[in-house]
Amino acid sequence: MTRVLSAVAAVAAVTFLTRATPFVLFARRRPPVLVSWLQARLPPLVMCVLVADALKGVRFGAPGDWVPTLAGAAAAAGLHLLRRNALLSIVGATALHMGLRALFGA
Amino acid sequence: MRMKDGSVSGAGAGGASAFAAALRATFPVLLGYTTLGLAFGLVLVDSGLPWWLSPLMAAFVYAGAAQFMGVGLLASGAGVGEIALMTALLNARHLVYGLSMLERFAGSGPLKSYLVFGLTDETYGILSTEEPPAGVEPLRFRALVTALDQAYWFAGCTAGALAGSALPLEAEGLDFALTALFVVLLVEQVLAKRPKSVFLTGAVASGLALVFVAPRNFLLAAMGIGMAILLGARVSSSRRGGGGDS
Repeated sequence: MTRVLSAVAAVAAVTFLTRATPFVLFARRRPPVLVSWLQARLPPLVMCVLVADALKGVRFGAPGDWVPTLAGAAAAAGLHLLRRNALLSIVGATALHMGLRALFGA
Repeated sequence: MRMKDGSVSGAGAGGASAFAAALRATFPVLLGYTTLGLAFGLVLVDSGLPWWLSPLMAAFVYAGAAQFMGVGLLASGAGVGEIALMTALLNARHLVYGLSMLERFAGSGPLKSYLVFGLTDETYGILSTEEPPAGVEPLRFRALVTALDQAYWFAGCTAGALAGSALPLEAEGLDFALTALFVVLLVEQVLAKRPKSVFLTGAVASGLALVFVAPRNFLLAAMGIGMAILLGARVSSSRRGGGGDS
């Protein structure tokens, strides 16, 4: 439980610090070139890695092992490209994933 | 421009109309935050954590992606340091987020800290587009918008965790919401027209980490490899083009 509470405290502190950074550091001067460079590259890199992490457990055995996850991910991307409504994309893809899991009895 | 009834002058009426305006502005978020918060609470309880962590995180973390990822990492047995580092990387997309808010939040005093704390994607979306209605104090409007959004999120997170621990709910597959959230954030990055080489770098780094590193260390290894590739490319291109200048 100590680990859990310290982790929650750490996530809270880090999140507040990232939100406060621009107000503290860049209130009087433009962000340095390196920050703008990172700003354009870090987020897409992190998202690629996080999506890969979420999908890395997929095994291509029975259809129930991979269809719900890959179809769900494709649905999230497709819905978001079509409507660009985050809630719709997340809820729709999760519902499809859960439905497919139930269907394949996974 | 949103016109009020035209006869707003009394202090009491101003307060009421500030609340009404904030309620109206945040209405779309009400739907989204209660739904996602509900899912978060269910996933948290389903991963074996005590229900009260959900309202605790809604109150003090108040970040959808960071909360979902934190619960996932806790369930997988990650250490506090790794969780903190991954949160920082995940939140890096907000690094210069506040820049366009600088003047809107200027001189907000102690309330400013709360406005900064509560600057989620959705609250940012409202505050950067909706001007406070005429006759309503801007700071009051912005604080109410932020507080209402957090109240929706808190209610969703709490209700989901309570429902998950009270009922034998099968949350089987609900944690896929996190995967879907990351896919959505990735699509947003694609739509933001980031340099294409970064997406290729992310894929290559993930592939290398998948093959050569234990699954436990995947996240940090893939991030490290990706950063090394990007920084290497930056250094070598500035050498080629910069002519020795710093």
